[in-house]
Amino acid sequence: MPSIGLTPIDWIIILIYFAFVIGIGVYLRKFTTSEEDFFLAGRKNSSWVAGLAFLSANLGALELLGMTGNTFKYGMYVAHFYWIGAIPAMLFLGIYMMPFYYSSKIKSIPGYLKLRFDEKTRVLNGISFAIMTLLVSGINLYAMALVLHTFLGWNWDISMWASAVTVAVYVTLSGLMSAIFTEIIQFFLIWFGLFLVSIMGIIEIGSIDQILNRLPESMNTLWSTSADPTQNGMLIHWSGIVLGLGFVLSFGYWTTDFLVVQRAFSAKDLRAARMTPILASFFKMALPFIVILAGLIAIALSNDPNSGFKLLEDGGQVNYDSALPMLIKRYYPSGLVGLGVTALLAGFMAGQAGNISAFNTVWTYDIYKSVLNKNASDKHLLWMGRVSTVVGVIVSLGTAYWAKSFPSIMDYMQAIFSWVNAPLFATMLLGMFIWWITPNGAFWGLITGMLSSFLMYMGVKFHWFNESLITMSSVQSDMAANFWRAWWAWLICAVVTVVISLFTKKKPKEELVGLVKGLTEEKYDEHLPFVKKPEFVAIISLIVLVILNIIFW
Amino acid sequence: MTVKGMKPIWYFVGLILLIMGGIIFLTGIYYLLNPSARFTVLSETHPNIWWGAIMILFGGILYIKNRKVTIS
Repeated sequence: MPSIGLTPIDWIIILIYFAFVIGIGVYLRKFTTSEEDFFLAGRKNSSWVAGLAFLSANLGALELLGMTGNTFKYGMYVAHFYWIGAIPAMLFLGIYMMPFYYSSKIKSIPGYLKLRFDEKTRVLNGISFAIMTLLVSGINLYAMALVLHTFLGWNWDISMWASAVTVAVYVTLSGLMSAIFTEIIQFFLIWFGLFLVSIMGIIEIGSIDQILNRLPESMNTLWSTSADPTQNGMLIHWSGIVLGLGFVLSFGYWTTDFLVVQRAFSAKDLRAARMTPILASFFKMALPFIVILAGLIAIALSNDPNSGFKLLEDGGQVNYDSALPMLIKRYYPSGLVGLGVTALLAGFMAGQAGNISAFNTVWTYDIYKSVLNKNASDKHLLWMGRVSTVVGVIVSLGTAYWAKSFPSIMDYMQAIFSWVNAPLFATMLLGMFIWWITPNGAFWGLITGMLSSFLMYMGVKFHWFNESLITMSSVQSDMAANFWRAWWAWLICAVVTVVISLFTKKKPKEELVGLVKGLTEEKYDEHLPFVKKPEFVAIISLIVLVILNIIFW
Repeated sequence: MTVKGMKPIWYFVGLILLIMGGIIFLTGIYYLLNPSARFTVLSETHPNIWWGAIMILFGGILYIKNRKVTIS
């Protein structure tokens, strides 16, 4: 398989990046003296720093390659992941949920479950999150080695160990603080390293309109073909997009996944914490101009036999993930190739650091201190955070080798978010907005929701029942099945939680002050003029979202 | 972000963009004087030069603005 050749200049740029991130870890070590520094970056970040880190923790290279590849496969519908599938949830987190998270001074999402419900719900979520995080971290590592091996011809073991050890070094030295620093550097490297692909594509083809004109209607619109699933590339009805992606999957991920929400907890005050996801929403909306546009450019060039552009093939199967690397190869001369590869590497490593820093917090506070050593001192917890970082990286490496010997595990991992996050969102939403939801209702609802999502996935995978039972359509894609499965898991969790809560013991209202809407005094930023309030910025973000959807309708 | 004496993140972002942009820009100048044997589409627009210059400009502004800033 042809690979992208690197020159000494490209190697120098890649090595500068590695030296830089390790140097930052060493530099920040002397500023990391307490457990709050290590686990919450000192809780002194501005909303801009926390906001960029919030977005970057989600912006792994696997997502960049995967979403560009998915665009090649499904067309512009993939932009829904960045717009309706992200923005409303991010704004909801900032406006309605963040005050309860931030003001209760919790260190993790399971910590909120402990305060709102009880210890067993916290431990259940802590363990499922820790397992999910390490599995995802290992799979990311495997995917990174696969990408570097496929496109650059690099050695598997060296690729995995070099990046895993680098992440372990800087996260062990200064925890969330260095993770946030490197995530922000990664954000800029991704824009400078990959946005040029879209610019060059536009220069070559002529304009965005000309790119869209070269595509079939099923691929070049957002909503106009969504009334009939057979007419769009994703084979999905608009209700599946709205309920499955726009509501459950999106809200489940952006409002409850500790990997991203942890960045907002590092903000210096409540206003900065509320602004964190709201500011991040603007950058999230801009990302399709890298990933989606690159995917559309790849389709347009592939459809033109004179362009000489085509994706790689593995055993006769088109490798969709090769779209972005093949565009880099097409447009980037020496030097810029090194920058493009560094952007991908930075994405992988920042994603890895995000997983590991979220894992070490949940392990230390929600499993170790909660169950194993309730009297641990702050100094001991800081030590445990560093130890769990190293152990987390070693387990991730083990998972990566497991994935290498058992590649189909990749399929299971794609569904893991809907197993854990979709039902958790129902638990959080009900718990935060309805005071009479009980600890037993939340616990059993969460377990039932997680199990039902898992069984729906397995049922379709092993043909126990037909997929159309879930998607309510005669045609469907894997993506459509993911959306609908998440919706049903959320609904099952919500119904079970409500029903059991009706018959079990409620917590006294006075214990829920500060944790539940309606029982908490909500007076935020009253001294500020409206234009400086998070609500105003959120309205602007919503207007931009509507305009983008209308333009590409 | 945090303790007295610490450089802000924007200093480091500026520094790495300045260094990488400088290398890419100089590579572009080299290829302008000694055309590369490796053909890339639109290489006649010399993307190394103008993209490297944009990185230098952006990184330089961040670096200079935050060079003497420490956070307490």
